[in-house]
Amino acid sequence: MLLDVAKRDALAARIANLSIPTGGGWLGAARAEALARLLAMGLPGKRDEYWRYTDPSSLTTAVPPKTPLFATDNELMPFSGLDRLKLVFIDGVFDAVQSDDLALAGVEIERLGIAGRSDIHWAQSLYGVLEARGQMPVERPLSALNSAFATDGVLVRVKGNAERPISLIYHSNSENSDAILHHCVSVEEGAEITILENGPAGARFNKVIEVDLAKGARFHHISAQGRNHQCRAVTHIFARLAEGALFKSFTLTANSLLTRNEAVIELLGDDAMAHVAGAALGDRNFHHDDTVFVTHAGQRCESRQVFKNVLKNGAVGVFQGKILVKNGAQKTDGYQISQSLLLDGDSQFFAKPELEIYADDVKCSHGSTSGAIDETALFYLRSRGVPTQMAQGLLVLAFLAEAISEIDDNSISDLIRAQLEGWLV
Amino acid sequence: MIEIKNLHVKLEKEDKKILKGLNLSIGAGEVHAIMGPNGSGKSTLSYVLSGREGYEVTGGLVMLDGVKLLDMEPQERAAAGLFLAFQYPVEIPGVSNMTFLRTAVNAQRKARGEEEMSASEFLKVVREKAKTLKIDVDMLKRSMNVGFSGGEKKRNEILQMAMLEPRMCILDETDSGLDVDAMKLVSEGVNALRSPRRSFLVITHYQRLLDHIKPDVVHIMAAGRIIKTGGPELALQVENNGYADLLAEGV
Ligand SMILES: Nc1ncnc2c1ncn2[C@@H]1O[C@H](COP(=O)(O)OP(=O)(O)OP(=O)(O)O)[C@@H](O)[C@H]1O
Ligand SMILES: [Mg+2]
Repeated sequence: MLLDVAKRDALAARIANLSIPTGGGWLGAARAEALARLLAMGLPGKRDEYWRYTDPSSLTTAVPPKTPLFATDNELMPFSGLDRLKLVFIDGVFDAVQSDDLALAGVEIERLGIAGRSDIHWAQSLYGVLEARGQMPVERPLSALNSAFATDGVLVRVKGNAERPISLIYHSNSENSDAILHHCVSVEEGAEITILENGPAGARFNKVIEVDLAKGARFHHISAQGRNHQCRAVTHIFARLAEGALFKSFTLTANSLLTRNEAVIELLGDDAMAHVAGAALGDRNFHHDDTVFVTHAGQRCESRQVFKNVLKNGAVGVFQGKILVKNGAQKTDGYQISQSLLLDGDSQFFAKPELEIYADDVKCSHGSTSGAIDETALFYLRSRGVPTQMAQGLLVLAFLAEAISEIDDNSISDLIRAQLEGWLV
Repeated sequence: MIEIKNLHVKLEKEDKKILKGLNLSIGAGEVHAIMGPNGSGKSTLSYVLSGREGYEVTGGLVMLDGVKLLDMEPQERAAAGLFLAFQYPVEIPGVSNMTFLRTAVNAQRKARGEEEMSASEFLKVVREKAKTLKIDVDMLKRSMNVGFSGGEKKRNEILQMAMLEPRMCILDETDSGLDVDAMKLVSEGVNALRSPRRSFLVITHYQRLLDHIKPDVVHIMAAGRIIKTGGPELALQVENNGYADLLAEGV
């Protein structure tokens, strides 16, 4: 298909300043293929159906809008107290000084730039591969752009039970930060890992994680975006699950001008389970978009999507969630809920839940609600002496509880809850 | 303790008058009961005293220990010692009883400039008080009132009262929905809190409760006013004859 002129020009402008890192190797080939995909698709535009509720223009301009740096010292990092392997990226480049050694029992960790130079590598069958699969039936050009131009990332191969979580931390030192990071995680049969992500990132952030889960593998992902309001981010997580695998992802978004989080999950093997959850808290010119696409191909798989938005002062929340049940995916159990708590009349929540089912023996449900705070509950709390703001904070936490409870590890969900309590109560 | 003078209240959104010149005065350490037909304004009085929105005070004055009550926010009234046991306790999914109670106790202490209760001390006290009310501690870990039976909700109100140690307690039909044993438990809970420094306003439809919680004064309320005041014998009279005679007298 030929791109129209406007789209072609926009794409040319966007990639004019980008260059594919040299070094050849398997990665060079993967990048070239991704670039070809991107050139065929063009960048997303306002009129694209998949971007109906979210204007992608600030994600696609040649350079990001200049953005003041965020002072992290006035904000506690949620995972500080945890025993974890820290990997720090500054403006999209791995920072060895602030990071721990890339050594974790049961896990191989390599930097993308270095591992990419070899002729063959295990990540060849993953890097850009799930992203490419994810371009059907809906195009996700910003993820192809990422595969082509990623400045850095890590390749993680998990062979046993990782003894502690890998914690990816994103910082920025530049007002024009335009970071593009790409990680691959392959979890081998029966192995298990937890990946944490946090940090204020910067002016613009494009991140992709591709996750390949072998039979019985277990993957936990908890991402807590900090309170840097000035950032714009587009993230994709692509996952492929073999028989009996478990995928769990939770994202906390407390601020930012624009966030688009896409999760694209394929349940290929039988008896696999994928849960994607998110909690977003928005104030003023906040625009948050969770876009999820779950494909059931195996039998007896379970998927859950649980998204909660708390919005005030004109903030906007978006949920686009789809469950596609393929022919033969019998006994599928699919659940999807998206809810918003609108703290005033100015805020808006758009939900587009979709089910597409080609198997006959399935159980799928979806629901979406938007509502105000429960005034009766608020009065009940206040009548017991709880100040209004604190009472409202407790009710907001209660509203978010279902999403937070999707985190399996209680020590981590407690940290997330404590972080929110600190912000709200 | 509390003094209500010529209180007039209407609904904020409609032109409906509910309280029409109500006078009531309760001294320290006294227990007063209010009885009255459905819709006479008893719950409205309790809500207006605790500061619920939706009502407009068009006249009158309420003093709690010499301070103007109606000028305060609900949370300030609570910190000043006012407590309402709700006729319909509210369910709050996602907020555990424990969190609710600890937040309330400490918020009140903070408002009064007192030291907050430590987690361990709080737990000890709450366990003790729950036990006397036969409330299972596991129940306290659950969401506020969610899935509680009617009687459990009412006992939970009394537990909150016991934890918060208010000085002016208003009980709105705390006996409704209670079985005979629970009514005894709740009454014992209330009686245990009786003290020369604490006053009670007990709203009820049934004389039975007043066998357990012995009132000093009984008021009859009708159409937004107190139409008769007397001793415990007034409750017996209502129990036996209903309101017809009293209403006829009151006009
Ligand atoms: N928020 C409201 N909206 C509409 N009407 C109200 C509201 N609050 C109170 N009322 C009306 O005011 C009157 C008094 O109600 P209230 O609940 O105070 O009565 P009550 O004496 O407590 O009755 P009961 O014995 O049935 O509990 C009733 O007619 C009721 O319908
Ligand atoms: Mg009532």
